[in-house]
Amino acid sequence: MLTALRCVIVRDLLLAMRRRADVLTALLFFVIVVSLFPLGLGNEPNLLRTIAPGVIWVAALLASMLSLNRMFSEDHADGTLEQMLLSATPLGVTVVAKVIAHWLVSGLPLVLIAPVLALQFDLSQQLLWVLTLSLLIGTPVLSLIGAIGAALTLGLRGGGVLLSLLVLPLYVPVLIIGAGTVDVVAAGLGAQAHFLVLSAFLVIAAVFAPWAVAAALRISAE
Amino acid sequence: MLEAVNLECVRGDRTLFSDLSFSLESGVLLRVAGTNGSGKTSLLRILCGLLSPTQGEVRWRGSDIRSLREEYWKEIIYLGHSNAVKDELTATENLMVACTLAGMDVDREQASAALRRFGLAHCEALPAKVLSQGQRRRVSLARLILSEKLPLWILDEPFIALDTAAVDYMQTLIAQHVARGATVVLTTHQEAPIATATLVTIDLTSRLT
Repeated sequence: MLTALRCVIVRDLLLAMRRRADVLTALLFFVIVVSLFPLGLGNEPNLLRTIAPGVIWVAALLASMLSLNRMFSEDHADGTLEQMLLSATPLGVTVVAKVIAHWLVSGLPLVLIAPVLALQFDLSQQLLWVLTLSLLIGTPVLSLIGAIGAALTLGLRGGGVLLSLLVLPLYVPVLIIGAGTVDVVAAGLGAQAHFLVLSAFLVIAAVFAPWAVAAALRISAE
Repeated sequence: MLEAVNLECVRGDRTLFSDLSFSLESGVLLRVAGTNGSGKTSLLRILCGLLSPTQGEVRWRGSDIRSLREEYWKEIIYLGHSNAVKDELTATENLMVACTLAGMDVDREQASAALRRFGLAHCEALPAKVLSQGQRRRVSLARLILSEKLPLWILDEPFIALDTAAVDYMQTLIAQHVARGATVVLTTHQEAPIATATLVTIDLTSRLT
């Protein structure tokens, strides 16, 4: 089972490496959207500091959405998904592997580049760490919830738009808590409660999402 | 071994077949025939569990495949119309991934040996996007060479896109597998695809309603 898990992750990373344009698109989108705000709003440090967490989190949501519809659609089109459904490995394990690979390719780069981008908003060093940590816990939740949407809209015409309508409302709690984490620290309070709630989201999503994705994939094969 | 009980398949509002029952012992080759759109692929997808029949059930060694799930899938190989070959991966990588997903432990040596036997000796390290249709089909079919132990092969149009030599090779491969006592189900438009005494044919054309 672990062999299959590793095999799917390695395969997806290999595919992403040989198709770098797709990965870079999401990352560049994130960099550009975040950079547009300081350019458009002028150099009022207090304003920038206030909007920073919200802007970065919203840009992260949108950037991770960009690559969502590719999560299963290519495997669906070339028949690999059929083989995954008929695999000796439980489908849930394969789904977990796909989600991990998706996060490594489209979530982790955002987390790593976020502190650099946050410098444009004049955030203090402590807030940079809090922001990065909140993204580190939050982005896997985005990949997990997004996987449900990607599986449900598989094979539909105009699935991309439907996917956003389906998934973005579900992202709202993660956005509120994630961006809120930075705000409470900026206000001088402890962020422990926010981090715990964010981690609870991650645990719940990690337990239930693969199961929901597997069910949706089986339906899409019919 | 494989048993179909009162299968009915409805696609859209059209009944493709109903009351379809058969039972296959080991060492039997089942050829599913029929005109285009008569439900050959649907029947094969039902037999491997990708599609649920509107009515009836498929049994493997006496138990419903919907309750066996992974236990059943561990023992079968299904090759459909799509090759499940990724453009960006090399032929060997494609074959190894396919085998690992199927739960087989295959190393690089075995994978390239299988590809060589299928006449892809000089294409092993090439990305699949530069291969021709027939060569991609061969990459997908090379899994059969490594699946000699599996008791059930379900093949949808295995001879499509292959040249004469490859078709001959596929026919011997299937004949050998049936002779080993395994069951093979395939769809093809050829009348007598493989010289074996235990050929059963189901014609879905007459069942169209």
